[in-house]
Amino acid sequence: MTPMTEEQINLTIDNPKMSARDVKVFYGEKQAIKGVSIDVGMDHVTAFIGPSGCGKSTFLRTLNRMNDTVASARVEGEITLDGENIYAPSMDVVQLRARVGMVFQKPNPFPKSIYENIAYGPRIHGLAAGKADMDVIVEKSLRRAGLWEEVKDRLHDSGTALSGGQQQRLCIGRAIAVEPEVILMDEPCSALDPIATAKIEELIHELRGRYAIVIVTHNMQQAARVSQRTAFFHLGDLVEYGVTSDIFTNPRQERTKDYITGRYG
Amino acid sequence: MTGPAILLLLAGLGAIAWVSARARALRLQTVARATGRRDAVHSLPGYHGWYVALWTLIPAAIFLAVWANVVPGLVTQSVLADPAAQSLPLDGFSRSAILGEARAIASGDQAGAFNPLSQGLVEPYAQALNKYGVAGGVLALVLAFAGGAYAFTRIRPDFRARTRVERLVMASLLIASLIAIVTTVGIVASLLWESFRFFSMVNPIDFLFGTKWSPQSAAMGYGNDDAFGAVPLFWGTIFIGAIIAMIVAIPLGLMSAIYLTQYASPTVRKWMKPTLEMLAGVPTVVYGYFAALTIAPALRDFAVAIGIHGASSESALAAGLVMGVMIIPFVSSMADDSIAAVPQSMRDGSLAMGATTSETIRKVLIPAALPGVVGGVLLAVSRAIGETMIVVMAAGLAANLTVNPFASVTTVTTQIVQLLTGDQEFDSAKTLAAFALGLVLFIVTLLLNIVALRVVKKYREAYE
Repeated sequence: MTPMTEEQINLTIDNPKMSARDVKVFYGEKQAIKGVSIDVGMDHVTAFIGPSGCGKSTFLRTLNRMNDTVASARVEGEITLDGENIYAPSMDVVQLRARVGMVFQKPNPFPKSIYENIAYGPRIHGLAAGKADMDVIVEKSLRRAGLWEEVKDRLHDSGTALSGGQQQRLCIGRAIAVEPEVILMDEPCSALDPIATAKIEELIHELRGRYAIVIVTHNMQQAARVSQRTAFFHLGDLVEYGVTSDIFTNPRQERTKDYITGRYG
Repeated sequence: MTGPAILLLLAGLGAIAWVSARARALRLQTVARATGRRDAVHSLPGYHGWYVALWTLIPAAIFLAVWANVVPGLVTQSVLADPAAQSLPLDGFSRSAILGEARAIASGDQAGAFNPLSQGLVEPYAQALNKYGVAGGVLALVLAFAGGAYAFTRIRPDFRARTRVERLVMASLLIASLIAIVTTVGIVASLLWESFRFFSMVNPIDFLFGTKWSPQSAAMGYGNDDAFGAVPLFWGTIFIGAIIAMIVAIPLGLMSAIYLTQYASPTVRKWMKPTLEMLAGVPTVVYGYFAALTIAPALRDFAVAIGIHGASSESALAAGLVMGVMIIPFVSSMADDSIAAVPQSMRDGSLAMGATTSETIRKVLIPAALPGVVGGVLLAVSRAIGETMIVVMAAGLAANLTVNPFASVTTVTTQIVQLLTGDQEFDSAKTLAAFALGLVLFIVTLLLNIVALRVVKKYREAYE
């Protein structure tokens, strides 16, 4: 157990959107997360970094309860969204996921048209009053995802026919369409080429402030480029959490320093 | 020398060839190793053994196979050349009957002759059989020795016995797979030929589009016109196999696949899936029993009770319902496969949008799996329309063109069974009609299978 020292004083922030307190995740007997506490704010992009298997993706998936779909997974501790415990029995997981959207590692558009991909969430949650309303939502979401200009003439082509980068922006647009408050991104660029990656990063910049964004990434340069706060995970522990520039220029923990300087990972 | 004796002898020779060739190769290997070059012998001794053994056996075996087909002709010729054969009648039928009897006596299958003429031919027959039998045996042995000796002399350190044996293994595998294909081609050819004969008696248009099916009346001499309209059979087949059975099988199969892939816990799935698939292993005659003795009477009583006219104790509904149950595992296992093949990421994507499991199934999984499901259904239809036993037992024989599910209808397969069971003359339109029906059935199921496999294949590629 890493001692709670003053180095981790940055753990909490003012006015957090989501906060986790002593969260432990088990897969069967195996403990994947060993008591993580962290706050995620509305005004900045938070990056989770760390070597493979450190638990950063697992932790991300607890934030919208996607771990519920894994039969053997068990979550302890408390996670709140606007002060409300998301693991409380009264919490409707459907509502939660509408408020906390997610973008996955590999672009996973549904095998439907571009329009239908975006309209999927609003339709499920009954956000559009009619066809005209839905058209507005689709256009707005695609514009925010930076995809509108590229696809406005072929909205009824299949979403799977787009390029990888476009597919990922479609998935971001799909998540935006249900008006979430938090967007979780699980290594959103790991399957993309550098140009597509640059576009996604630019998009993340534009979305900042409107949504609380949490991004898991393998790529430290990416964390440095897109995030304002960075959390370093190692072997299921949250080792260090702080302002991104501090973490990269002046890490307080030995393990963080080793990782950032490429000693391991 | 008798056939089994020769085969045993050949097998013995093969074994000897294997042992001796292997021993020789081993010696060569030892010698080569002694000189310090471990790669000096190209192939392992066992391969040399197989090489020589195969050279001993295969030429002799091929010769025997050819010989067995040629000998009867040669024997008959030499018997006919005998003076005793001069008194035979010239008429082909009784002539061959006498020859057949003489042959049976000569080879010991029959004790005495009914026809005195054949008694005289027994002796020449026995002689000829013996002569050719011995000749064949000797030739086979000579071939075996020659082949073995040739191969044996080729054993040298650098001889690539392994390559040769591997090539032979490949050839034998190829032949094995060709046999299935050749058989199919043969079946199709015979179907085509007999159907052709049928269509020279009955106009294909009348057959395919006529609505009156009464082959018995044609057989009783009322003429072939109007007797072979197969539309009632086609309708009965479609009504039972593609409509009633599918109304049962598609929803049940699909829903059980959804339950098993999406909701069932691993333990439940582990038990339920094999149990469900056991349905496919129940012999269809058992289903037939069930349909004919349990379901059909109950349905008839029910129909009578609610006042439906034309209810029969053999009904389309009984056969279709039971067939539908039989087909469930086909639909469900295909649907199961295609739903399971939809990537987990698709499911996660939908759940992460706040969709419930059932919304995810309805709006994402089923549409994505649809081509696979359709392929499965087409395969199930092709299975259902070719199914025979249930409809023979439960659907009836009356060629009714009706949409009343409680009435008796008949199917293509049932009629084929009817036309071909018992003693039949193979030159009447009545019997040949069975082949025409078989051909239609074959073509339809073939097309269904091709379409289904294409659909499934295309779909499989979509996510890879």
